[in-house]
Amino acid sequence: MLRAVLYFPLLCLALLSVTFSARGAMEIQVIGGAASKIAVAMVPFQAAPGQPEPALPRIAGDDLERSGQFRLVDVTGMQQPVAPAQVNYGVWRGKGADALVIGQVAALPGGRFEVRFYLLDVIKQTQLAAFSYTITAAQWRATAHQIADIVYEKLTGIPGAFSSRIAYVQKQGKRFELRVADADGQNPRTVVRSNEPVISPRFSPDGARVVYVSFEDRKPVVYVQSLRDGGRSQVAAFKGSNSAPAWAPDGRRLAVVLTRDQASQIYLINADGSGLTRLTRGGNLDTEPVFSPDGQSIYFTSDRGGSAQIYRVAAKGGEPRRVTFSGGYNVSPAVSPDGRNLAYISREDGRFSVVLHELASGQTRVLTDTARDESPSFAPNGQAVLYATVQGGRGVLGTVSLDGKTRTRLSESGVDAREPAWGP
Amino acid sequence: MNKIFLPVLLALTLSACGTTPDTQATVEDRTGATATTATTAGPAGGAESTGLDGAGVAGSALPGDQYAGDPRKDPASPLSRRSVHFDFDSYVVKPEYRPMLEAHASYLQSKRDARVILQGNADERGSREYNLALGQKRAEAVRRALAVLGVSDAQMEAISFGEEKPRNEANTEAAHAENRRTDVVYADE
Repeated sequence: MLRAVLYFPLLCLALLSVTFSARGAMEIQVIGGAASKIAVAMVPFQAAPGQPEPALPRIAGDDLERSGQFRLVDVTGMQQPVAPAQVNYGVWRGKGADALVIGQVAALPGGRFEVRFYLLDVIKQTQLAAFSYTITAAQWRATAHQIADIVYEKLTGIPGAFSSRIAYVQKQGKRFELRVADADGQNPRTVVRSNEPVISPRFSPDGARVVYVSFEDRKPVVYVQSLRDGGRSQVAAFKGSNSAPAWAPDGRRLAVVLTRDQASQIYLINADGSGLTRLTRGGNLDTEPVFSPDGQSIYFTSDRGGSAQIYRVAAKGGEPRRVTFSGGYNVSPAVSPDGRNLAYISREDGRFSVVLHELASGQTRVLTDTARDESPSFAPNGQAVLYATVQGGRGVLGTVSLDGKTRTRLSESGVDAREPAWGP
Repeated sequence: MNKIFLPVLLALTLSACGTTPDTQATVEDRTGATATTATTAGPAGGAESTGLDGAGVAGSALPGDQYAGDPRKDPASPLSRRSVHFDFDSYVVKPEYRPMLEAHASYLQSKRDARVILQGNADERGSREYNLALGQKRAEAVRRALAVLGVSDAQMEAISFGEEKPRNEANTEAAHAENRRTDVVYADE
């Protein structure tokens, strides 16, 4: 019944390029999109005095539009219902809307707000969802992302990922900052500041910690840091280089790359730095380990076949098996949350692009048309890939949908952003 | 000695493709610090080397203690040369670096408390982590060359900066060649 909306004839917007005004740190640009989009009308909510800006339907609408699966219906000059009983469905149907989001914000004592919102199916004239929240001003954007998540899930059948976060490294002059931001690039917070490079951040599965590689000790060392209190510790600081950390799905173990036994090899270690065991053996270069969602396998990059290719090995050890065969450079694997796809960087004619690889069939698809892509990672709902690329000589972050048709840019002027990771 | 240098290096480079000892290790070197702030920046990190790049300097190593100043800084000494450059996609130490590495080996054998960090680097193309591992291969090649010349493992640490600390930030072939290198840096410098 939720899917009914999808089957209705929709306006085709083959190519859409929308630049949202820079309301905060990041500018978001959507290029292209699905051939048929769900038309949703985000009606302004009844406002409360002193409510934060921008309004909730605006933030949630930006989220939905960025996914490439939604088209926002123009609501200017329309009647603006704030409760289901006020809705004249025929009018909205005439505007081409498939779904309608309405709501109210009321001020409560102590600077709090009560938010009520309703998602209505314009075609069937039914209510698909209704929620109320009591929030502080600080929870404003988070509430908007939750509304977007609910709308997205009710209308597509897939959980939304708008409430998730991303981590990335920002370089400004000689300074490096590890930042954590909302999935829309807003609300960035710096969690590490250093005069030396920081690379390879990864969220723990519960999102409470981040692991990364810092060069502050004049060599690469792996740190785990709490996002709650900022406390951190060295997990791997062995002789040689320590890098490429990846969390096991249980959040207790990490795969890391060490050179303590000379060649770059993959090891497993507890998140507190105890219990080191070696996983790969031999004098080849093995790096960029990443766990499969079930924790049973580890995908990694190796030069053991003479060129950089992706391999899979059982997490308890064994003989690695090659996964990628075409091209001479396939690196930086990421596994989709359902374990069915890999995203990685592939070099073809000197261009480095994001490739999606369906594991069962071995079929691959190039998702991007940029030339210097790096560091792909999947959205928690598996619907998009976050990656870094270079535009106009500086690093920018982007997302691309799995069909390659919807791309967004998250960029901030004057800084270099790189090494993104999508977290819970 | 000089005549066997390259063959030995090649043999070692090849032997690196063989097995390395399996290790079931417990944690060592774990500084275990739980600093609550994250603002520490290492002491100047990635020390600039003072290498005279280019063609090999003829001559052999002189004992370090003949100099009044720090022999490692004497521009006339091969000890002042600190950078080993590599060809594209190559991890073989070229013969032109023989005098320089012999000089460092002699110095390290004469000063058993001296320690060198071999800092490998890579050009910027491709994955940062993969480039970190490529830089490590270059650092490791120099470490092995010094080991052949008799330097003890305890005096050396091979690490990599990958593409993170380029000497030349331009996106040109010449810059890439400059960044494909290993620097020899003494721990007390």
